[in-house]
Amino acid sequence: MNKSLSTFTNGLLRENPTFVLVLGMCPTLATTTSAINGMSMGLATMFVLVCSNIVISLLRNLIPDKVHIPAYIVVIASFVTMVQLLMQAYLPAIYETLGLFIPLIVVNCIVLGRAEAFAAKNGVGLSALDGLGMGLGFTCALTVLGAVRELLGSGACFGVHLYPDNYGMLIFVLAPGAFIALAYLMAVVNKLRK
Amino acid sequence: MVYFLIIISAIFVNNIVFSQFLGICPFLGVSKKIDTALGMGAAVTFVLTIATIITYLLQLLLNRYGLGFLQTIVFILVIAALVQMIEIVLKKISPSLYQALGVFLPLITTNCCILGVAILVADGTWISKVPGAEGGLLQGTVYAFATAVGFALALVLFAGIREQLAMSKVPKAMEGTPIALLTAGLLAMAFMGFSGVV
Amino acid sequence: MKRLESNLRNMALSLTIVALAAAALLGGLYTLTKEPIDKQKAEKQQKAILSVLPVIDGMEIAEPVAGDGIIIYSASKDGQLVGSAVQTEENGFGGKFKVMVGFDAEGNIAGYEVLEHQETPGLGDHMTEWFKNADKEHQNIIGKSPATTKFEVSKDGGEVDAITAATISSRAFLKAVQKAYDAAIAANNKVDAASSATAITEKAEAQEWADAADKSQNPENVKPVKEESHE
Repeated sequence: MNKSLSTFTNGLLRENPTFVLVLGMCPTLATTTSAINGMSMGLATMFVLVCSNIVISLLRNLIPDKVHIPAYIVVIASFVTMVQLLMQAYLPAIYETLGLFIPLIVVNCIVLGRAEAFAAKNGVGLSALDGLGMGLGFTCALTVLGAVRELLGSGACFGVHLYPDNYGMLIFVLAPGAFIALAYLMAVVNKLRK
Repeated sequence: MVYFLIIISAIFVNNIVFSQFLGICPFLGVSKKIDTALGMGAAVTFVLTIATIITYLLQLLLNRYGLGFLQTIVFILVIAALVQMIEIVLKKISPSLYQALGVFLPLITTNCCILGVAILVADGTWISKVPGAEGGLLQGTVYAFATAVGFALALVLFAGIREQLAMSKVPKAMEGTPIALLTAGLLAMAFMGFSGVV
Repeated sequence: MKRLESNLRNMALSLTIVALAAAALLGGLYTLTKEPIDKQKAEKQQKAILSVLPVIDGMEIAEPVAGDGIIIYSASKDGQLVGSAVQTEENGFGGKFKVMVGFDAEGNIAGYEVLEHQETPGLGDHMTEWFKNADKEHQNIIGKSPATTKFEVSKDGGEVDAITAATISSRAFLKAVQKAYDAAIAANNKVDAASSATAITEKAEAQEWADAADKSQNPENVKPVKEESHE
């Protein structure tokens, strides 16, 4: 019981993929123009992460070592394509906003990294928990970053306007603001961890 | 003329790192020294150009049989195989080039700028960024090449700054990635000055 | 259970099985989602058309006429033209954008909808709402016609206020609207010429619009793909 709990919280806090491991930076910076966009990207990644962790953990003894990377890539890419198709069919608006970054979940280092480092060595239950924890950690990070950028840039949070958007610092919605906001968030996390 | 616009747009206006956010991982990871940055830039240019041509042709084939939805899975496998092949061929043909680029090649498979640009070119969505561009293999290849040059430029610029940064005093909490990101943010701001040029 | 040995047979077999399973699964999902995806796309286009056209009961929308990046959807009731929705594209500040502009029977703008754009968030992307703000007389284009109002930004001597700090986007937007208008006129003239022998009087309104446009300009940049049917 204790082990499952620590596996789950590991990704959330101690090894947070964004703030601590600094993985998957491309979607983190690109899709966080608003809290809702960041959250959708995080959830899509989490879905792929949990599913691929489960399947890879199930297959871990059936795949010879020398070909494990291509096999894992096929599994991950399949789930990514599934997300693509399902989003296109049922959430077309979000699919359009996230655009290119949905297929790019395939090359998100977090997914292949967890498959290699965790799912290939552990049982199904733990792997699923690990995927869930890591995915949640990623989702939270993206949501927070999105919320900060949205609040500073356009004066809103989750689409609710808190002050007139004329007073927003536009730079935070644009490309440079992504880097700058993430830099300060990371610094805050660094400070708090010590 | 349109090729000139494509090149300017891909290198400066829509720089892959600073405005499209592709290839950030190697951008942050392999940018501590100018030499390694040049090596990585050259390797990406090489692989990206070849990968774009191959995936573009593959997409035509997939579309013909109504299998367009297999794009992601096919592209990533082809890129992975391609990188392996380039590594083997380079080792045989040009050991000196292999020595220069070899270390970077395995890192390239998971560099999202390769898959990202391959998808942009195969779908033809990149043309909306460049007025007058019509897509197609030749223009797409030029775009991919110029994008990779833009990546190399971003990497080398950033490495130059980081070499200086290593010698300056930074607040404890900002050390490492945060200060690098902040620098990248300022660079991105500078690159924003190019927007509207094309 | 021990991990399978890395011999050639095992490697080939496991990879083939994984790949085949993945392909089969995706193929299945693709056929399942194909219908909703197509439906979503069609619905989106239909919604955009209806949102820019004047609201008239029993209106029928004819088959689209396309050419040169322009698509025209004519709406008619009882054989009489009541409006048209025209989709055009133009180069803005950040790249190409697509806009659907609706006209009523007199050629006044009934509405518009920006379908796709890459304008700067917070600046150029205000174009999605800016030009339909009914409270601001000089930035609102709804209810006006390019035949009577000069559709250029005030900086260039026109009668429309540009979006604050986004003149290039505004210029491009107005150019796209003008292009849509010209295309609609050209298309209507063709239809009128074809049907004028039988029903001139009934189409007086549409004719009037076409006449007004003849005075301004009349480019021949629309090639109808399909001849419109008019009963």
